[in-house]
Amino acid sequence: MELYQLTVKELSAGIKQKKFSAVEVSRAFLKRIEQHDKQINAFISLNPDCEMAAKRVDEQIARGEDPGFLAGVPIAVKDLFCTKNLRTTAASKMLENFIPPYTATCVARMQTSGAVILGKTNMDEFAMGSSNENSYFGGCRNPWNLEYVAGGSSGGSAAAVAGLFAPVAMGSDTGGSIRQPASFCGLTGIKPTYGRVSRYGMIAFASSLDQPGPMGKTVEDCIYALDGMCGPDDHDSTVSRRAWKPLRGHIKRSTQFKVGLPKEYMVGNVDSEVMSAFVKCIEDMKKAGVEFVDVSLPHSPYAVPVYYMVATSEASSNLSRYDGLRFGFRAKPTEKEWSSLEELYCETRAQGFGTEVKRRILLGTFALSSGYYDAYYAKASKVRNLIRQDFLDVFQSCDLIMAPVTTTPAFKAGARVYDPMRMYLNDIFTTAVNLSGLPGMSVPVGTTQIGLPLGVQIIGPHFAEEQMLSLALAIEDVAGFVGRTANGLQ
Amino acid sequence: MGYNDYEAVIGLEIHAQLFTKSKIFSGASTTFVDNDNGQVTPVCAGFPGTLPVLNKGAVELAIRTGLALNCEINKTSIFSRKQYFYPDLPKGYQISQYDKPTCSGGYVEFFVDGNLSRVSLERAHMEEDAGKSTHYGDYTLVNLNRAGVPLLEIVSAPEIRTPLQAAEYTRAVRQILRYIGVCDGNLEEGSMRADCNVSVRKKGETKLGTKVELKNINSFKFIEKAIEYEIFRQIECVESGEPIYQETRLYDSAKNKTFSMRSKEEAQDYRYFPDPDLLPLTIDKEWIDKVKSSLPELPMVRFRRFQQEYQLSDNDSQALIQEKNLADYFEATTAVCQNPKASSNWIMSELLREMNENKTEIENSPVTSKNLGEMIQLIDKGTISGKMAKQVFSEMWKTGKGAATLIQSMGLEQITDEGAIAQIINDIILANPTQVEQYRSGKEKVFGFFVGQVMKASKGQANPDAVNKLLKDKLKG
Repeated sequence: MELYQLTVKELSAGIKQKKFSAVEVSRAFLKRIEQHDKQINAFISLNPDCEMAAKRVDEQIARGEDPGFLAGVPIAVKDLFCTKNLRTTAASKMLENFIPPYTATCVARMQTSGAVILGKTNMDEFAMGSSNENSYFGGCRNPWNLEYVAGGSSGGSAAAVAGLFAPVAMGSDTGGSIRQPASFCGLTGIKPTYGRVSRYGMIAFASSLDQPGPMGKTVEDCIYALDGMCGPDDHDSTVSRRAWKPLRGHIKRSTQFKVGLPKEYMVGNVDSEVMSAFVKCIEDMKKAGVEFVDVSLPHSPYAVPVYYMVATSEASSNLSRYDGLRFGFRAKPTEKEWSSLEELYCETRAQGFGTEVKRRILLGTFALSSGYYDAYYAKASKVRNLIRQDFLDVFQSCDLIMAPVTTTPAFKAGARVYDPMRMYLNDIFTTAVNLSGLPGMSVPVGTTQIGLPLGVQIIGPHFAEEQMLSLALAIEDVAGFVGRTANGLQ
Repeated sequence: MGYNDYEAVIGLEIHAQLFTKSKIFSGASTTFVDNDNGQVTPVCAGFPGTLPVLNKGAVELAIRTGLALNCEINKTSIFSRKQYFYPDLPKGYQISQYDKPTCSGGYVEFFVDGNLSRVSLERAHMEEDAGKSTHYGDYTLVNLNRAGVPLLEIVSAPEIRTPLQAAEYTRAVRQILRYIGVCDGNLEEGSMRADCNVSVRKKGETKLGTKVELKNINSFKFIEKAIEYEIFRQIECVESGEPIYQETRLYDSAKNKTFSMRSKEEAQDYRYFPDPDLLPLTIDKEWIDKVKSSLPELPMVRFRRFQQEYQLSDNDSQALIQEKNLADYFEATTAVCQNPKASSNWIMSELLREMNENKTEIENSPVTSKNLGEMIQLIDKGTISGKMAKQVFSEMWKTGKGAATLIQSMGLEQITDEGAIAQIINDIILANPTQVEQYRSGKEKVFGFFVGQVMKASKGQANPDAVNKLLKDKLKG
């Protein structure tokens, strides 16, 4: 076994027991990135201090100190999380040279537990996209097949783990941005309950939907990362005050659940291989002891339109701060000087934002405009409550819900770039979870005939990560996917 | 038609800084510092990824103000984003309260030329201040030290009718803010700002005229002048058939004119929506009750009590309640001497004169309320005369010593010993036989001469009552 093939638990244990050093581990991953990332483009920036940080972990161990349960574990961090003195771009020209003066809470927590940042991963600009093709730094390819996308928006984080460039990665999920790329890349990806993980320092896309979360090769790797990220934070008013009880080593796989199958998710335009993998998983789990019940989420057809109203409205506001004045990109005047302040704003934002970001800012600005607010934003907020209530009702009669993650497996790069509506519809199984603030995750269960990974989704009631993970461990066990690695890299 | 055929409709938006230690949504200090951008954190500067966290202290001061302004404190209030682009607004939106403010309704009572006036409030909402842009010819500098300073915007109903009423209303609000200690109400330094919405209409008309907002008014005098100018300007527009635009106008005190700043119509759609980074603010009854119980007696209540309890005139009561500390001083003085009228007189004549001359605040007065009360006691006991007391008071102001000590060291104690006074009188009578004859032959005017002589001989220390009585006896022969 190579160091880069080990799990989080194996790495931290090995480093603590001095079987290998943290520096050796970091070097192994950095070398692999150097050798193969040209084909993938998973990283936007590498951390120049990575080896130094690893060395500090080794020194702590040498002094007999405990560096934490993630001792020396290298992590890939989505370039949406601010990292002090390490460039953070959100994959946008707007922040191409932005060096944050502070580190996001959830990243700092991982570091406090001993994790070492390898680098910052590629993504759709400002997390807006489902294919990682909306990146100022170029698209990111799928390590299982280089012609295919890694998914998005946390495509770089998914590709980094699938390509064995990092044992675990941090992503963010606003409408499926962890679960979808995890599914496309054969990984476990978790979107925790809204409020489990502090958003402080994570560049905002849609504040009421955004949630950081882990992506890893195994459920257990993700549990380790969750233990590193979750918990209360005085810098984020929307984070839960509930203390996070560490889950590593405490969660037992279990099939003793009543699992709801929403009838609205079983029909429609779902790819046959996605559906058959999902159905097979249900059959397998039934045999393993899970009880399935049919449930209904009557408002789920509205999830995608509601999501795009809420997310774009919030985004149009969150992205107002990119005005070229205090940080980030500022356009240069064509004449000697700007003719007006407005011209400076317009040119900066016209040149600094990509097409998809501009599209969403325009949509959101429209939805919040006087005269349209009630018809769009206000109505979407009302329907959002109905969608949430659907889930609360369903969880009266079942413990968890299972659903597909996406309508299709990974698609070919370039295939949907000119078809935003088709791109948006890919989110039908994931967005309702964010609108409702629920925890959701994707677990790999198999591949298509041509070898693209397929996952299933588990959705839990608020703060029921533990049950969700127990079932995920059981699915992981039954599916036998762990150990299969991406074979697209030359 | 003339000026008298019109009436003005005036509403005020008073922005009061809530005097917290840190800003409303970040830990940055609100203390004034000279260096630009010296009190700025990534949150104040709207850096990517930063989030607001509400300062409980600011909420408490908002509740305090709301209660003092007779508002209803809403159990749930919501922070919204008011969106516009401006260099001193770092996030591209101001966090403010829109449709669900913390305080609703309420009213303020005050006097205009001695007549009681009441103005209703629509609301008082919390918001963050923006930074400050300073324009230098071809460039502008932005200072974000004030960005995120907590403000309470107190919005009156359009019930004000005259410039003087507007100024007195603002004074009354300032007085309340100072009483409850949430703001020093300094218009010049900007801890309080008053924007005035002014429109005019013909008397008897019920429809409102086009509203103009006046900004940049930094004294009470200018509130009156700016509104007055604006009313005349608008009446002239109506009379001459020129349109009045709904706009913001800046008041230029040097020219005593208002100037158009920007037209509201062509300007903003603020696209308000609830800030998803902040949870709805919930305020429970216990919190409100706790704040309520910590409120001091408010000016108007105190005014009425002073009239009744101390039998003071309207003018005296009003003058004494002007500042909480002055009213406290008065009550402490009165508690010592039990003579409210004398306390009031001494405070308003001698004490305020010294304070004004020396630019001293009441809390730094060298004459403590206890010392003043004791001095008044000594007057009332006849130990010193009122005239001597002025000398004593002047020494008390200079030295900070008590009246009794000073009277002794200055040798000012009144002579009340009748034997000693009789001795002096005897000497005077013997030395002035002519005047004694005159008095005894019926020229009673000469009596004053004797009093003067006795007082002179006693260096003014002889008790005047005793002198009168003994002189009359002795002169009878």
